[in-house]
Amino acid sequence: MLAVEQLKKRFGTRKAVDGVSFTVAPGEVLGFLGPNGAGKSTTMRIIAGRLEPDGGRVRVGGNDTVANRRAAQALTGYLPEGAPAYPAMTPFSFVEFCLAARGWHGAALKAARDLALDRVHVGDHRHDRIATLSKGYKRRTALAAAIAHDPPVLILDEPTDGLDPNQKDEVRSLIRAMSADKAIVISTHILEEVPAVCSRAIIIDTGQILADATPEEIAAKTGSGRLDDAFRSLTTGRKTRGTEDAA
Amino acid sequence: MSGEGRFVPSGWPGLKAVIRRELGAYFTTPLAWVFLAAFAFAAPAFAFNVGRFFDTNRADLAPLFAYLPWLLMILMPALAMRAWAEERELGTIETLLSLPMPLWAAALGKFLAAWAVAGLALVLTFPMWIAVNWLGAPDNAAIAVAYVGALLLAGAHLAIGQALSAVTPNQVVAFVLGVLVAFLLTMAGLPFVTGALSSSVPAWLVEAVAHMSALDRYAAFENGVARLPDLVYFLSLIAGGVTAAGLIAGSTREGGR
Repeated sequence: MLAVEQLKKRFGTRKAVDGVSFTVAPGEVLGFLGPNGAGKSTTMRIIAGRLEPDGGRVRVGGNDTVANRRAAQALTGYLPEGAPAYPAMTPFSFVEFCLAARGWHGAALKAARDLALDRVHVGDHRHDRIATLSKGYKRRTALAAAIAHDPPVLILDEPTDGLDPNQKDEVRSLIRAMSADKAIVISTHILEEVPAVCSRAIIIDTGQILADATPEEIAAKTGSGRLDDAFRSLTTGRKTRGTEDAA
Repeated sequence: MSGEGRFVPSGWPGLKAVIRRELGAYFTTPLAWVFLAAFAFAAPAFAFNVGRFFDTNRADLAPLFAYLPWLLMILMPALAMRAWAEERELGTIETLLSLPMPLWAAALGKFLAAWAVAGLALVLTFPMWIAVNWLGAPDNAAIAVAYVGALLLAGAHLAIGQALSAVTPNQVVAFVLGVLVAFLLTMAGLPFVTGALSSSVPAWLVEAVAHMSALDRYAAFENGVARLPDLVYFLSLIAGGVTAAGLIAGSTREGGR
């Protein structure tokens, strides 16, 4: 469903993504792990068709994200880093805008909008201005906009960042519930949630893939059998870049 | 290679969605209201005080239309500055550019919404039109043509302002750039600009700059004369500005944010 082939992206002289390849099949939840500036967000932005690669390509349902961008984007739901949403809108109108721009209208739009807002548990806040919402509700709003059109591919950049433990649990349950028929990629800093949510994990640093296996297999690479030890041993010792960015 | 099929919308749903969203953004925040109030106050104030509306002893709107270009030069960049800069500042451009929407739909939608607000601002001067009809017998066809000219001039400033708004995530920078370009566009044909230029650049260049002047083109409409070349001039500026805004916003796909 999702195929990433030899992806390369440079910002100035810095290689943000350097030859990343992987595929994700429906039913898989891929955890995308790596230090800040490892190339996670850049890879996800390219998959979402928001950024064009310098080399390599991404295909979503067979559609190239550059040559056939809109067809690929129609199959993709994307939660950008920081979960941006228009502060003057409400969760209700924001999700409606994203669906309308995707060509939804009438009863189907209303049903998809209400289902998405229910699934992220926005509750009574659906008619509040996004500017007045807490970080958790803002993130849920952006998540609702990403899942509303029921896309077969979901790209979620740090979906649980800034949520309280209960909210994190709700979002993880939601991802698990949606995973049966979707190819899902999530990036996270919270290693504990990886075995709970992901069927597979990729560790990436300085734009390159260091490990691609099940969370259990990666954890077994160290004596302790812990994922965070494996993460540290894989990503430290490598030359890290001087500047930290959000890529 | 064609991939898995799913409904890929044409540009129209995107255009409609962007227009609705933008109008909502103008009117759910104080922005449009403050803008409309400022315009409704400033336009007659110029006409009454600077244009000596009553002292001319003529039933027409010449004092209003004479000062509109100067008002539009400041207020249109203020209306345009948020168009793309705000999207980049908030990060919502990530969402916008990940929707399966052609760029022209986003750029045109933003322009049309802003132009509608500008049009509404001009409508707020209609009481003056009614007043001159009550006071005398003005040439209403000429006044209507002048309004069309003002709307076109406003559209040109808006389209250029929105293109400049796509250059930067900083709305203040977008505004200053917008006013600067609007100023140059307005002033290009005035004698003191052409006079200053004629001593240092070839005559053909002076003439070319003078031809770029929005004020000269607007003056024809102001006098109640709608000429095709002037119409084409303003529509070209609008089309160029909207296209540039879309291309500049789209160029962020190649790198940066």
